[in-house]
Amino acid sequence: MSSAQLVVIGAGPGGYAAAFYAADMGMQVALVDTEPNPGGVCLYRGCIPSKALLHVAKLIGEAKHAAAWGVSFGAPAVDLAKLRGFKDQVVQKMTGGLAQVSKMRKIAYVQGRAAFKDARTLDIALASGGSETLTFEQAIVATGSRPAAVPALSIDSPRVMDSTGALDLPEVPGSLLVVGGGYIGLELGSVYAALGTKVTVVEMTAGLLPGADRDLVAVLQRRLEQTLHKILLNARVVEMKDTGSAVRVTIDGDGLDAADREQTFDRVLVSVGRKPNSAVPGLEKTAVQVGDRGFITVDASMRTHEPNIFAIGDVVGEPMLAHKASHEARVAVESALGHKAVFEPQAIPAVVFTDPELAWCGLTETEAKKQGRQVEVAKFPWAALGRAVAIDRPDGLTKLVIDPTSERVLGVGLVGSGAGELIAEGALAVEMAALATDLKLTIHPHPTLSETLMESAEVFFGHSTHVYRPKRPRP
Amino acid sequence: MPVEFRLPELGENVEKGDVVRVLVNVGDVVAQDQPVLELETDKATIEVPSSVAGRVTEVRVKPGDKVKVGQAVLALDADTGAAAETAPPAQAANAAAVDAPPAPAPAPAQPAAAAAPPPQAVAPADEAEPARPAARASVVDIMSARPAAPAERPEGPTLVPAAPSVRRYARELGVDIAQVSGSGPGGRIGQQDVRQHVREVFANGGPARAAALPDLGKWGEIEIVPMSNIRRKTAEHLSIGWQAPHVTQHDKADMTALETFRKHFGPRVEKAGAKLTVTVALVKIVAAALDRFPQFASSVDMARQSIVLRKYRHVGVAVDTPNGLLVPVIRDVNHKGLIEIAVELTDLAQRAQQKKLGLDEMSGGVFSVSNLGGLGGTAFTPLVNHPEVAILGVSRGSIEPVWQDGQFVPRQMMPLSLSYDHRVIDGADAVRFLRFIVEAIEQPLSMLL
Repeated sequence: MSSAQLVVIGAGPGGYAAAFYAADMGMQVALVDTEPNPGGVCLYRGCIPSKALLHVAKLIGEAKHAAAWGVSFGAPAVDLAKLRGFKDQVVQKMTGGLAQVSKMRKIAYVQGRAAFKDARTLDIALASGGSETLTFEQAIVATGSRPAAVPALSIDSPRVMDSTGALDLPEVPGSLLVVGGGYIGLELGSVYAALGTKVTVVEMTAGLLPGADRDLVAVLQRRLEQTLHKILLNARVVEMKDTGSAVRVTIDGDGLDAADREQTFDRVLVSVGRKPNSAVPGLEKTAVQVGDRGFITVDASMRTHEPNIFAIGDVVGEPMLAHKASHEARVAVESALGHKAVFEPQAIPAVVFTDPELAWCGLTETEAKKQGRQVEVAKFPWAALGRAVAIDRPDGLTKLVIDPTSERVLGVGLVGSGAGELIAEGALAVEMAALATDLKLTIHPHPTLSETLMESAEVFFGHSTHVYRPKRPRP
Repeated sequence: MPVEFRLPELGENVEKGDVVRVLVNVGDVVAQDQPVLELETDKATIEVPSSVAGRVTEVRVKPGDKVKVGQAVLALDADTGAAAETAPPAQAANAAAVDAPPAPAPAPAQPAAAAAPPPQAVAPADEAEPARPAARASVVDIMSARPAAPAERPEGPTLVPAAPSVRRYARELGVDIAQVSGSGPGGRIGQQDVRQHVREVFANGGPARAAALPDLGKWGEIEIVPMSNIRRKTAEHLSIGWQAPHVTQHDKADMTALETFRKHFGPRVEKAGAKLTVTVALVKIVAAALDRFPQFASSVDMARQSIVLRKYRHVGVAVDTPNGLLVPVIRDVNHKGLIEIAVELTDLAQRAQQKKLGLDEMSGGVFSVSNLGGLGGTAFTPLVNHPEVAILGVSRGSIEPVWQDGQFVPRQMMPLSLSYDHRVIDGADAVRFLRFIVEAIEQPLSMLL
């Protein structure tokens, strides 16, 4: 029987951030997770390993591209075991490092699966066998999410994978079907395409990356149409069968020809979103409530219906992003300490790590339209930017979503090489309530891709240096 | 084509409401502008028409839910070629609206033995936050009758023009940042704006704060009834009004002649479908009095140290309804005759009973009349209806002996009570104003002098 002031269930980027911060604030903390080290899906099966592989994919793409600049490398020879080793080593380094930092902070890390006995007690089934009872004053549930499954497509076949299976790099298949045109499917599809797989993407809605602005997606889609084998929109997989040597897939949709409708693939990746892990054993013995969509219900200070239990990250709602979880973690800890903290960001940046990268934050043009909100949009095409042309990547676009009366920057959208790094400035602008003038008057280094943020603000005023676009008179 | 119907703008300063009824079911085919929801807002129940046409595939709210402007309430299969950009919320990549869960029910201020709250006791969106460790008890909340924390997860960015550090600063002071006006470019709010807001709130007498209740349950059985929206709004509104320094002036009018007039012309008004009541006559007389004494149709602006003279003559009439007190407003009384006013007042009063008044029909008044004479009473002190500066109360008329020409004669006398904001109206003017009204009742031609 052990006890802790605060127990954190789940050691992903929400859970470990909460545990570390609480320890720094002087609390006595226990952190429970099924993995040997902190890290969660993000470090073991998500953000980090996928970025390692996407880096390699980008390098392969650039090496191929180099022929156009007079430098040829020949076809890449891929040693899959070694590549897998690099990715595993990245994961090892990061999770091992977290374990170190966790020890230094005197956090009691327990490897096991937690179940609530009541609102003050956990039973933990230890990974080493046996169980442990832990009493606590306050708890933070940070159990994350898992890949969503489509019941109709859940066939028992090693050839059908989810994102976890795809990251394991079992082989470089000749052909791969990606079910779902969201960010996970496109990122992993890009990795396999770079390694030499013929990748087909099936998306049931009318466009890739639902929710993102169409003009940004169009830039990415043009490139994906070259690197991927085929993109089928408004189409859905209705049946899959493992034939022993491949997967036979039936696809239904308007305007598909017979060849598209019946196909065989070496492997299938199902990436149709993620589901919250809110079925924490014993949760019903507390007052914690789970809403219709499976998310744990919390208020703005991350508190559940049980006053001493908080919940953060994927398990409480969209957007399911690591950096959102880490910020909610701080709010939950501050609330637990009795401060008046609430989670109220004005911009949660979202990044799709394809090539080109796509990123946005704050209000999107799509969302503004949906809300019926009047906005002005200023766009700067990267083809007019020296640095983008110099690296032979003019396929980019920077846009600002601006309030016409106050001229405040409400949202920023980017597509292009390195967009994921650039969006941070957009997030700062939106959070600080910057006006288009502020972006325009902030000196950006030349020649860099970051200049597009300054120049798109200048486009708004109709005097961008590199784009001639006179200002329309305002009504 | 799947589309969402989101709660549209409902009126000025209305951000949310409680769902009373959902008027459609899954499978129903909805036409554009067809009412789909009945919503109780602070002062009225409104039917919300759909902005999209199509077949309902999902109803995302139920009676009792709190909904905010912009929140998705229905999902429909549009029968029009909707834009390709309406995406289903199925993807994690999709920065769709966070589903705003209801606020955790606050811990009732009751002994720990209190049972679980009844199922319908979902915390109102602006109820005090859950009980907290005592360390916070010393924090003072400075806000315009708003709670310290939004008890709901915001539906996405609220986009208040202030940096995160400033938002935190406001929150720690208990200031609702949305109430602070920014002095920076584009209305940006800085720390000094938050401090200025606090100074102004205190200059206006500080926030209306109620002391915490003692444990009342230990003396016997109690029942806790959540305030209805209207009750809560009335309480907040009158607390603000109460901060004005009030004086009440009483007088009596001989209404015998008015009664004769009402008997004579009543049938003609009834033909138009209304009743010629004392209130109708008073509304018209008040408009004439406001022309003579314009400061009675003003508002006080302490922040700018000025008085706002309002040149229009919209008069509010207090109506007692099963749901609470409502004050519908009759516009431009100076341009209307008694019959027109009677017809309009009958209609407004009826709709007030059914909670069918629009929000704009209950705002914009420059003066109010509250007639309790039908119920009884000899005099009372009506409370000025902020931002107005005066209100006329009427009590029950009775036959009294009046000394006339050397003898007592029975006359029907009506008690009148005028409350006024002493910051802009002096006692002598209040007496003159009330005398003007009394004389107009007794000798209507005096209004033409």
